[in-house]
Amino acid sequence: MSDEIGKPYPRRDGRAKVTGEAAYSYEWPVPGILYGVLVTSNLARGRITAVDSAAAEREPGVIAVLTPFNAMKLPGGAKPADTGDRVVQVLQDDQILYSNQPVAVAIADTFERALHAAAQVRVSAQPLPFTVRMADELHAAFPHDIRTSAGSQPADQLRGDVEAALRRAEHKVEADYETPPETHNPLEPHATLAVWSGDRLTLYDATQGIFGVRKKLATAFALPPSNVRVITKYVGGGFGCKGSAWSHVVIAALAAKQLGRPVKIALTRPQMFGIVGGRPQTRQKISAAADKDGRLIALRHETVSTTSRFDDFIEPAALVSRHQYQCENIETKHRLVRLDIGTPTYMRAPGESSGSFALESAIDELAHELGIDPIDFRLKNYAETDPIEGKPFSSKSLRRCYELGAERFGWQKRTRRPELVLRAGKLVGTGMATAAYPANYTKASAIARMNPDGTVLVQSGAVDIGGGTYTVMAQVAAETLGVPYEKVKFDLGDTEMPEAPRSGGSITAASVASAVEAACRALRQKLDAMGERPRKPVEALGEVAPSEERKKYALHSFGAQFAEVEVDPDLGMVRVTRLVGAFAAGRILNARLARSQFMGGMVWGIGMALHEHSVYDEKLGRIMTRDLADYHVPSHKDVVIVDPIFIPVEKDDVVDPAGVKGIGEIGITGAAAAIANAVFNATGKRVRALPITPDKLL
Amino acid sequence: MRLFTFQRAANVDEAVASGAGAAFLAGGTNLVDLMKIEVLNPERVLDVSRLDLAKIEVREGALQIGALASNTAVAEHAEVMRAAPGLSEALLSGASPQLRNAATVGGNLLQRTRCAYYRDLGTRCNKREPNSGCDAMEGWTRMHAVLGVSDKCIAAHPSDMCVALYALEAMVRVRGPAGERDIPVGELHLLPGDHPEREFSLRPAELITGVRVPIDALSARSRYVKVRDRQSYAFALASCAAAVQVEGGAIRAARFALGAVGTKPWRVPEAERSMQGRLPTRETFARAAEIALRGAAPRRDNAFKVELAKRTAVRALMLSAGAPS
Repeated sequence: MSDEIGKPYPRRDGRAKVTGEAAYSYEWPVPGILYGVLVTSNLARGRITAVDSAAAEREPGVIAVLTPFNAMKLPGGAKPADTGDRVVQVLQDDQILYSNQPVAVAIADTFERALHAAAQVRVSAQPLPFTVRMADELHAAFPHDIRTSAGSQPADQLRGDVEAALRRAEHKVEADYETPPETHNPLEPHATLAVWSGDRLTLYDATQGIFGVRKKLATAFALPPSNVRVITKYVGGGFGCKGSAWSHVVIAALAAKQLGRPVKIALTRPQMFGIVGGRPQTRQKISAAADKDGRLIALRHETVSTTSRFDDFIEPAALVSRHQYQCENIETKHRLVRLDIGTPTYMRAPGESSGSFALESAIDELAHELGIDPIDFRLKNYAETDPIEGKPFSSKSLRRCYELGAERFGWQKRTRRPELVLRAGKLVGTGMATAAYPANYTKASAIARMNPDGTVLVQSGAVDIGGGTYTVMAQVAAETLGVPYEKVKFDLGDTEMPEAPRSGGSITAASVASAVEAACRALRQKLDAMGERPRKPVEALGEVAPSEERKKYALHSFGAQFAEVEVDPDLGMVRVTRLVGAFAAGRILNARLARSQFMGGMVWGIGMALHEHSVYDEKLGRIMTRDLADYHVPSHKDVVIVDPIFIPVEKDDVVDPAGVKGIGEIGITGAAAAIANAVFNATGKRVRALPITPDKLL
Repeated sequence: MRLFTFQRAANVDEAVASGAGAAFLAGGTNLVDLMKIEVLNPERVLDVSRLDLAKIEVREGALQIGALASNTAVAEHAEVMRAAPGLSEALLSGASPQLRNAATVGGNLLQRTRCAYYRDLGTRCNKREPNSGCDAMEGWTRMHAVLGVSDKCIAAHPSDMCVALYALEAMVRVRGPAGERDIPVGELHLLPGDHPEREFSLRPAELITGVRVPIDALSARSRYVKVRDRQSYAFALASCAAAVQVEGGAIRAARFALGAVGTKPWRVPEAERSMQGRLPTRETFARAAEIALRGAAPRRDNAFKVELAKRTAVRALMLSAGAPS
């Protein structure tokens, strides 16, 4: 009953998932359901002149092909619901704005027939000039501030005089770093099932945020939000690409409305590339300088990232340099470049993962130039307070992370000079990097109910994108109420429940746990006041929101990543033989699930360092790596030892009432840099453009 | 996938008799994949997967491998591992365990290219649609061939197994309406030339029934080296199957074939002859690799393959010769 928080309970939804009992959005049983498959554009830009669907409509089982010429007009348009939502293309006009854009939808009585019908649809279009190459548009790069649900931050920031410090510096690194466009590939592709009943819409959607989807759909169909219900019980991975309602969600609702029958649409794997976001390409320039004692005296981080012609998504890669190290002179700049591509979006640690690759590589370069151990260099420049704003950290255990990680990894055995260590014919190298991610927290609510039989039901309209929300919230409720864990059921994923935030920015655990605590505390009070066991269910609502106190602090999780790599000296193949990450992230709710989260992030770090790349054909404006054979993520053999460790309870009374910092994203931050730094240690080659493929090491 | 008629052949004769115009289905790992994305659209699919052609045995100084033997069965066969380890290594370096369990030797011999343009109906491809053009030429060419290319097609041959079979000088046994014949594996695959849509020298209704791999002191030394972008489940950037026999300190016989750099597995007799009688040193092998890559025609993204293929060949030859690397 007590000390339930932190216990390594296995995930409650695990059994249902591995046995196939868990009904994902696309699998929700609805009689008479129709199957929709999107037809997507081959052109990267153009104007649709005609859609020939005659052949498709002749195929058996085909009900309709909806195109810009016959699809119903949305009464409220398809505007983004909020800052975290994106502009979508939903058969309302004849514009083609990027390759693979939805231009029609084939509806049939089975998935296979719809898929085949979609392939028979012929789209005629007048092509227009386009580019998908960042270099072509760099001249038109423009500053863009960083807007998230947590607030807005300026594109540019300057502290001190970076230029003067760089001029007088004895040790300096100036280098360009590049990260490629990447595409999320959760096991479950996006899927939506739409059922209308009069003017009431129910959507079963694979989403990270049911309330955002509700808002967008209500606006599109000019309905009060209460007429739209969104249900999401299981999500097969989100990682940011399910953070908003993309085109297919609106198209499914539109088709169902127009045809008067329930319709579901799942994206095919190739349709994941372009329609539903991805990490944008970045080009980052870092200028960093230190004095002879190894003190950082200048840090400039300028980043350019790509977005679409019609929507603004910025990968805030330079933010990391505003918080990471103590330095009198810091300048950061964010620029955007428009290309004829689908709008990118949040991908696990947007900004912090790509930005930490550049910053932490540059820091390693500078440490090497100074001849100082990379950890010592970081300790010399340890930020005791936020370097820009001067605020104290609500909690910061980064020193401890360096110590714990170094000890676990065996860092003291490291050889500094590259190309010295051979094992079975392979060069062996080690590298490290700092990990950090903001501790986000926002308003959330939950309801707790005690039943006469002693069982407890707690509900909140959050989603579980795989992190373990079902499990950890039951732990929080059990401990707060003082009832056995087994007696508590936590349910989520329904807009009929109290509102919770979109599960993004590592925000769910902190926000929803605080709301659950509040609800359970209120319920406990009611129960205590009653003095006896209730004969009817007793309920209490808990609502939380960030305090003013919070604004006085800098709030982040921290960690340290350590990598060992083996590199074939002739053939350039890299294998990450060991990855150790030490993290401190407030109070850990469940040691087992936390370990999985950290591990997942670190594994993705391997992919970011060595594999992931959405490769465009620049002549066609089209991503050519559109399946899991060509779009590489780590295979089992690429993941040897991934070893996350963490401080179970990092005390923090400020960050949020539950004392929790999210852990969904910090695991990837710094990981790619640690690996790239290890490759340098092994080979003497500094690869500044990811991914580090064999050709770059020949 | 388009509608098709499905038939099952009861025996080889029946398969051959009704094979004209049909696609033979064995493991399905390649054919079904391409049918699903409507790149291959046979009107008739003739299932040969249940024919009695899965046997692996040693007979007449050769491994006799039935066309329906799975990649896994061949790779893990004790005689294959002993007498032609390069073949086993090549098979194990390909695909994933699930795919290897389903994929057959006969099917693998006919594996289609992984050219991203060939698989994308939204692009032009001469192999998929004769004379429609090729978007790969001026496109993303990192995975494409540098040898055996034509101005119609630069698609790389994707197989690992075939590379080993080239180095092992395997013979492919086929049965057709005119009877049985043996095709040297190097003659099974056609260069793209003006007709990249013609990929194999098989005649209508001819069915591959087996492969014969001669085994001797040379084959027993065969090795396979594959370089790729990740440790598993990735097509090669360059690969090499090599077999070197050293006697009295000098090379008595040597063969090697390169993968992922040619429009078919690439063997150059002159390169092999250059090693004859020489010491099994890095220099000897590097010279042979140099000769093998002569005439390479890289494009924007695949120039690295020329150097990588040479290094891969040297590595495979060194391994086979037992030379310290």
